[in-house]
Amino acid sequence: MPAVLELRGITKSFPGVRANDGIDLMVEKGEIHALLGENGAGKTTLMNILYGLYKPDAGQVFIQGQEVSIHGPSDAIAHGIGMVHQHFMLIPVMTATENVMLGIEPTRNGIFLDKVRVAKRIREISEQYDLAVDPQAYIGDLPVGSQQRVEIIKVLYREADILILDEPTAVLTPQEVEGLFKVLRSLIAHGKSVIFITHKLKEVMAVADHITVLRGGRVVGTVTPAEATPEKLAAMMVGREVNLVVKKKPAEPKEVVLDVKDLCVQDEHKHMTVDGVSFDVHAGEVLGVAGVQGNGQTELVYALTGLLPIDSGEICIVNELVRHTTPRKILERGVAHIPEDRQRHGLILSFPVHDNMVLCTYYQPPFAKGVSLQQDVIIENAEKLVKQFDVRTPNVFVPVSTLSGGNQQKVIVAREFSRPIKLLIASQPTRGLDVGSIEYIHGRIIEKRDEGTAVLLVSPELDEIIALSDRIAVMYKGQIVEIVASAEVSKEYIGLLMAGVKPAEARKASPTSTKATEVERVF
Amino acid sequence: MDRNTTEMQAAQMPDPKNASKRGGKGGSGGKVFQTLLIPVLSIFTGLVFGAIVIAGTDASVIAAYGNFFRAPGTALLDTWNTIALAYGSLFVGAFGSPTAVVQGIQAYLATGDQKALLMAIYPVTESLAAVTPYILAGLAVAVGFKCGLFNIGAEGQFGIGALCSAFVGYSIKGLPWFVHLPLALLAGAAGGAIWGAIPGYLKAVTGAHEVVNTIMMNYISFSLGDWLLNGPMKAPGYRPLTPVIQDSAMLPRFFPPPLRFNWGFVLALVIAFLVYWFLFKTTLGMEIRAVGANPDGARYAGMSVVRNFVLAMTLSGALAGLAGATQVLGIDHWVGQNFSSGYGFDSIAIALLGQSHPFGVVLAAGLWGFLRSGATNMQSMAGVPLDVISIIQGLVVIFVAAPAMIRWVYHIRLARAEAIVLTRGWGK
Repeated sequence: MPAVLELRGITKSFPGVRANDGIDLMVEKGEIHALLGENGAGKTTLMNILYGLYKPDAGQVFIQGQEVSIHGPSDAIAHGIGMVHQHFMLIPVMTATENVMLGIEPTRNGIFLDKVRVAKRIREISEQYDLAVDPQAYIGDLPVGSQQRVEIIKVLYREADILILDEPTAVLTPQEVEGLFKVLRSLIAHGKSVIFITHKLKEVMAVADHITVLRGGRVVGTVTPAEATPEKLAAMMVGREVNLVVKKKPAEPKEVVLDVKDLCVQDEHKHMTVDGVSFDVHAGEVLGVAGVQGNGQTELVYALTGLLPIDSGEICIVNELVRHTTPRKILERGVAHIPEDRQRHGLILSFPVHDNMVLCTYYQPPFAKGVSLQQDVIIENAEKLVKQFDVRTPNVFVPVSTLSGGNQQKVIVAREFSRPIKLLIASQPTRGLDVGSIEYIHGRIIEKRDEGTAVLLVSPELDEIIALSDRIAVMYKGQIVEIVASAEVSKEYIGLLMAGVKPAEARKASPTSTKATEVERVF
Repeated sequence: MDRNTTEMQAAQMPDPKNASKRGGKGGSGGKVFQTLLIPVLSIFTGLVFGAIVIAGTDASVIAAYGNFFRAPGTALLDTWNTIALAYGSLFVGAFGSPTAVVQGIQAYLATGDQKALLMAIYPVTESLAAVTPYILAGLAVAVGFKCGLFNIGAEGQFGIGALCSAFVGYSIKGLPWFVHLPLALLAGAAGGAIWGAIPGYLKAVTGAHEVVNTIMMNYISFSLGDWLLNGPMKAPGYRPLTPVIQDSAMLPRFFPPPLRFNWGFVLALVIAFLVYWFLFKTTLGMEIRAVGANPDGARYAGMSVVRNFVLAMTLSGALAGLAGATQVLGIDHWVGQNFSSGYGFDSIAIALLGQSHPFGVVLAAGLWGFLRSGATNMQSMAGVPLDVISIIQGLVVIFVAAPAMIRWVYHIRLARAEAIVLTRGWGK
């Protein structure tokens, strides 16, 4: 029996890059085939070719052994290929039913929309594949995990046999990821095939039947999870040995740098999202804030950096009260901030690399004399930092938007680390980054800690928190449940706290402690 | 037609050297070429479409095409002649007739009589005089764009600036020129600045969208101008005009009358350079550009977004006001009703065509001024209505605003560059 999908010699060049270089890929019926690779390895380009969004320069596509040519998404859908994009293509003010039928609206008597029929079909699909969705719910009211299920139903409604999922776990909580994997398994049990694009090793090991690794637009190899290890996959992705363990000495905490007392913060909608939070961070230690996304971490960081006003409570940075002050005053107190959303906050994308390297210090000497910018100094500074922090860019004059995500993050890290800082607030510093960049940025954060900087690390990735932190504060519904030394607790225990279980009960349920100073970092 | 068109282009986008500065340290010839490619092709395409409109609305050409199958040569020749006459007279209107210039120089050398020469250069000096307010008003809108603000109020700011400078110009007497003239210019800039600062302040404090408020400020300025010209500022007589300004407030002219070309043009070029320096070489300019490109990122970096909104709108208004001032102090010497008609709105097109870069604005303003100035001659010599120029200008702006069209027509591959974000959408 021929493979359900076969790609032969797919090649696609963009000006200056060969995104896909003679890629062969074979997907069997009823399997989950993971496409693993770093950002920029060519995964998304390949799938866009398959979905008809790009035209390949060379190569053939076979579906059920028949060569086909795909000129657009409608061709792809006609051939049974469906795509679930990383960023959902849903309309929030419409119901699930309306979103599913959009584009192929069935009608009664030729003019009236037949929502009843669509809703019935949606229920059938959700029962068959274990995709719980209320057809009448408005998309805007649904959690992200449910929105993704609607996207999958949309594809199944169009009778897709091959489902492409582009980085489907990037936006999900750990529990939602589990739910998604269940759905994927039920899909292949019903004879569908799934192509699963990701750069997370843990996920492919958990769910894939075959793993094809891409690097620099070429196929490095195809393996099964049984014959692969995370180390081996990481090495295939990056092209060299990768250190999956964060090496760090025990912390030597010194004086208190950040002291927060009974902090309350309201978000834009006047919800009390940070509700009476108290903690401190010492010089030379990493305090990790763990928690499922949306439990007040974002607002906590915004309040600490002056981007959101404080409702009540106290923030003390280096023995000075910070209240009703501007972000600039806080930065000038020696606070560095790696923001959660690097493209929205961390960078001016249309600005060249050299201007982004002085985004917080451009007005100070030596970068400015009076109001006059010292272009030469700024450029020199950028060139030095690009070298020092290994930012991959053709030169410092290109807009930072042309850099890959990992290199954009390195620009931010370079900028924030290059000025004298006492406190580093790192919010999801490795979100969406590839293995190589994660390794690098983790190393730099520990280096800063060892230099005597206080580090506040906020991340929904529990592995990252455990790997880097000396103490862990768990946030749940705007409050800190408990602060524990990371060496004394297990991952399961933190996970239970994150899910809202009370510390006493969590201790009963998960009494083990790992007592490890080196924790494996799984991507 | 082709010959004329390319001549026009060569003449109106004359200074690639100027633009090459924009690349700064990282720039190279390639970058300048890339930046100028779309505008130049847009202008060319606009002129080609203009030619089609000219030929297609000419009675004799239409008649000739009625007989196309009997005498195709006549039809094509007629088409050619019509277009050549129109664009030829446009060129002469904008730059003057080359033969007249040569004869003028000969007469001057032979007899020492300047008159013929002055008449020969009259068209080109008039064009340059027309370019002056376009440069300043175009800069005004460009500064707004750089901060992510759409200043539709240049029209009103222009008018208020003109009224303020005229008031200072005629009401204060007995000052030496080196005090009076700067004072009058400053009054114009200050009037425009206030008119621009109001919507800027409203946006900063209340979040009211500047497009709505600048439009409203335009209406207020029109009515205010009408009232002033019919009341407090009216000169004796029947017509709603201000008195003529004092000699000491006039921008000195380079040549004897009727040539009106004056120092305003030089001032505009200097201001363009200052705006360039301000936007790209100072911390304040960097803040304005950062706020325009990404307000969230600017706030994160410690910049005050609202302060920059007010600053950019004030500066934008000041430039538009200064445009009005140069028109009054250099060309008209008084203000009449509907004084500002069109400059403010044309300046939006000029800023777009100039890609919001000060040097681009100068080039675009040049095109606008020369087209406008040549159009009158085209109308009288070739019988082609002035409105054809508006059509060409409109098309050029459409092509610049929709570069995908130009790329498609000329099969230009998209360089991997970020599109310029001029303004952000409504709401947040």
